[in-house]
Amino acid sequence: MNPLDLLADAAENLYPARMQMALSLGWHIVFACFGIAFPLITVFTEWQGYKRGDAALTELAHTWAKAMGVLFAAGAVSGTLLSFEMGILWPGLMDRFGEVFGFPFVLEGFAFFIEAIFVGVYLFGWNRLSPKAHMLSALPMILSGPAGAFFVVAANAWMNNPTGFRLDEQGRVTDAQPWAAMFGPSTWPQVTHMLLAAYMVTGFTIASVYAVGMLRGRRDRRHRLGLLIPLTFAAVLTPVQIGVGDWIANTVADNQPAKLAAMEGQYETTAGAPLSVGGLYYDDELHYALEIPNGLSLLIHHDPDGVVLGLEEFPVDQRPPVNVVHLAFDTMVGLGSALLLLAGWFGWTWWRKRRIPRTAWFLRAVAVSGVAAIVAMEAGWVTTEVGRQPWIVYGILRTADAVSPAPGLYLGFYAVVVIYVLLTGLTVFVLRRLAGSADTPAPQEVDAEPPEPGGGEVAVR
Amino acid sequence: MTLAEVVLGVMFVGLIAYGLFGGADFGAGIWDLLAGGTRRGARQRDLIEHSIAPVWEANHVWLIFVLVVLWTAFPGAFAAVVTTLYIPLTLAAFGMIARGAAFAFRKSISTLGMRRFLGASFALSSLVTPYFLGAVVGGVASGRVPAGIAAGDVITSWMNPTSALGGVLAVLVCAYLAAVFLCADAHREAAEDLADQFRARAIGTAVLTGLIGIAGLFVLRADAPLLFEGLTGRALPVVVLSVVAGVAAFVLLATRRYVPARLASALAVTAILVGWAVAQYPYLLLPEVTIEEAAGGRATLVAMLVALVGGSLILVPALVYLYVLFQRSQPDMSSTPSGPPSRSAPIS
Repeated sequence: MNPLDLLADAAENLYPARMQMALSLGWHIVFACFGIAFPLITVFTEWQGYKRGDAALTELAHTWAKAMGVLFAAGAVSGTLLSFEMGILWPGLMDRFGEVFGFPFVLEGFAFFIEAIFVGVYLFGWNRLSPKAHMLSALPMILSGPAGAFFVVAANAWMNNPTGFRLDEQGRVTDAQPWAAMFGPSTWPQVTHMLLAAYMVTGFTIASVYAVGMLRGRRDRRHRLGLLIPLTFAAVLTPVQIGVGDWIANTVADNQPAKLAAMEGQYETTAGAPLSVGGLYYDDELHYALEIPNGLSLLIHHDPDGVVLGLEEFPVDQRPPVNVVHLAFDTMVGLGSALLLLAGWFGWTWWRKRRIPRTAWFLRAVAVSGVAAIVAMEAGWVTTEVGRQPWIVYGILRTADAVSPAPGLYLGFYAVVVIYVLLTGLTVFVLRRLAGSADTPAPQEVDAEPPEPGGGEVAVR
Repeated sequence: MTLAEVVLGVMFVGLIAYGLFGGADFGAGIWDLLAGGTRRGARQRDLIEHSIAPVWEANHVWLIFVLVVLWTAFPGAFAAVVTTLYIPLTLAAFGMIARGAAFAFRKSISTLGMRRFLGASFALSSLVTPYFLGAVVGGVASGRVPAGIAAGDVITSWMNPTSALGGVLAVLVCAYLAAVFLCADAHREAAEDLADQFRARAIGTAVLTGLIGIAGLFVLRADAPLLFEGLTGRALPVVVLSVVAGVAAFVLLATRRYVPARLASALAVTAILVGWAVAQYPYLLLPEVTIEEAAGGRATLVAMLVALVGGSLILVPALVYLYVLFQRSQPDMSSTPSGPPSRSAPIS
C-alpha cells in the first residue's frame, strides 16, 4: 500500500489548499496591479520628457521601466504557479465548470502573451528605437494589462454570480455559453473596482518611495516629479473608486445577500439598518460596533428605511465567516477613506497653490499611502473571496466539494510559504538596489540590456 | 476532423511551440549549469543570457496557453491529469518560479555570492523542470492517468519506466535544442570558438538522445504496450521523419551549416511530439477516454476556436515583431554587445 494513501483526505486538504490559494493570489495580485497600471504611468512620463525635452523626466521613466521589468518578472512567475493551482487544488471546480468559465482564461492567455512580448520590446527598445516608435511599441503593453485583468476578474465574477449554463437533474452542466458566463452581473463592477485599485496601488506605492526619499532630505527635482506624477494618477482616481464602491456594494446586495450581511455583521433582517463599523461578531450578534443609524439601508437602497436581509435568512451552513469578512471590509473602507482624505489634501493644495503641501506630515502620509493602498486592496479581495464561502461557485458548488482529495496535497502549502518568503525577500532586495543605484551619478546600468560581462567578472573587477 | 480535434490540434501547436522555444530556454539553463567555473564559464554564460533574455518570458507563456485551453475545452481530462500527477506538476511549477525569478533578478545583482546563488538556482531548476514535465508526459502516454479526480496513483503515475524515459529525453532534447540554437547565435556574434564548443555539445547530445531513444523503445514495449504499438504502427512514418530530420541535423552541424541545422533539429523534435500524439490517437487519456468524450460543449469549443483564430491574428505578428526587432538591432550595438538573437525566427 502506498504510504501517502493514509494521508488521503479531502477535508484535510481543504484548509491548506485555501491558504495556499490565498497566499499565491494575494502575492500575485500586488504585482498584477503594477502590470496593469505601471506601463501607462511610465510611458506618460516618458512622453512628457520627450515633449518637453526634460532629461529628468526621461531618466525617471527609464528607472521606472527597469522597476517595471523586475515587477513583471515576479508577476509572471507567480501567475504561472496560479494556473497550475487552479487545477491541482480545485479540480472539482475545473472538472465541472471549466467549459463554462474557463474561456476568459484563454483570452487572458493571449493578453498575457502580448504583455510579455511588449514588455520585452519596451525594455530592450530603450535607446534602440526612435522615441516615437518606442512609445508606440508600449501601446500594446498598456492595453494588455487591463485587458488581462478584465478576463481574470470576469472569471472571478462568474464564481460570485454564475451565469451562462444550465444544470441537468444530476447537476451536470448542459448548454454552456462561455460568452454569457463572461458578462454576468458582477463582471463590470468588479473589473472597474479592480482596475481603479490597481492604479491606486501603483500610484500611491511609487509616490511613497519618493516621499521617503524626500523625508530623508533628497528634495531634488527628480524626487519631486517622482512623487507628483504617480500621486496625481492615484489621487484623481481615488474619489472615483469610492463611487464604484457604492456600485459594487449594490451588486453584492442584489446577488449575494449573505455576503453583504457578513460584510456588515447583520444578523436580523432589518428595515432602516445601521452601518456598523468595527466590533466583534458572536452569538449571532455584532458587539461593540460603532453604528451609524440607517446608514446601511441608505447606502444599499438609497432609502433610509430600506430592508436589508440579515444572516438569519440563510441556513447556518451557508453563512460565510462573519468576523473575517466584516473586519476586512471595514479595513478596506477605512483605508480607502483615509486615502481619499490624502487625495483631497493634495488636490486642494495643488489647486490653490500649484505645489504639494510643505509640511513633513504630508510626506509622511504619502510615505505610508502605498502600504495602505495595498492593504486596502488585499482586504477587498478577502472580503469578496471569504464572503463567498462556503461556496466556490455561489449557491451551486461548495469549496469543500471542489478541493482535490489527492493524498499529501496539503504539504504543498508549506512549500509555497517557503518559496514566497524567499521570492518576497529577493524582489524587495532587487528593487531596493535599483532605487539606490538610480540615485548615484554613474548608475551601474543593470537594466534588461544585453548581458553584463559574465557573472563573476563583474564582481571581481 | 471534429471540432474537438481541431481545438486539441491548436493546443498541440502551442505544446510544440513550448517544446521548441521553452525547451531551448531550459536547455540553455542546463548548459549554464555545465559551463564550468565562474571565470571559465563566463563567456558561455554571457552568450546564454544574451540569447534568452528578451524572449524567455514570452516563450513560457506557451505553457499557460496549453493549460488554459485544456481546462476549458477538456475540463474532465485536465482535472484527471493535474490531480493524479500533482506532485511532478507542482515541482515543475516551483522549478519555473525558481528559474524565472533567478534569471530575471540575477541581472540586477552584482555581488558575487548572490549571483552565484541565483545562477545556481537558475541552472539547477532548468535541469529538473523539464524532467518533471517529461515525466508527466510519460505518465499520460503510458496510460497511468485514469478518468476521475485523483483517481490514479499519485506516486507511480510519474515514478515509472516510461516517465523516467520521458523525463530523461525531455532534458536531453532541451539541451540538444539549446546547443544547436546557441551555435548559430555564437556564429552570428563571430565567437567561433564558442560556436565550436556548442557544436561539439550538440553533436554529443544528439548521439546520446539517439541511443536513449533506441533503448527507450524497449522500455516502451515492456511498460507502455499501447503507446509502443501506436509508435511502431500508425505513427511509424512520423517517427521515421524524426529520425531522418535528426540525422540531417547531425550532418548539417558537422558541416557547420547552423541555420539549416536549427530547422532540421526543430523538425526532429516536432516530429517526436507529433509521433506521441498520433500514437495515442484517438485517446486523450489512454486507454479509456477519447478526445470526443473529453471535449466540452459545442458553444465552448466554437468560442474557443474563434478566440484562438482571433488571438493568433494579434499574437503571431507580435511574436514576429519581437524576434525581428532583436535580430535587426544586433549590428548597431557597438558598445554593448547585444541582443538576443533571433534564434527562433527561422522556426516561427
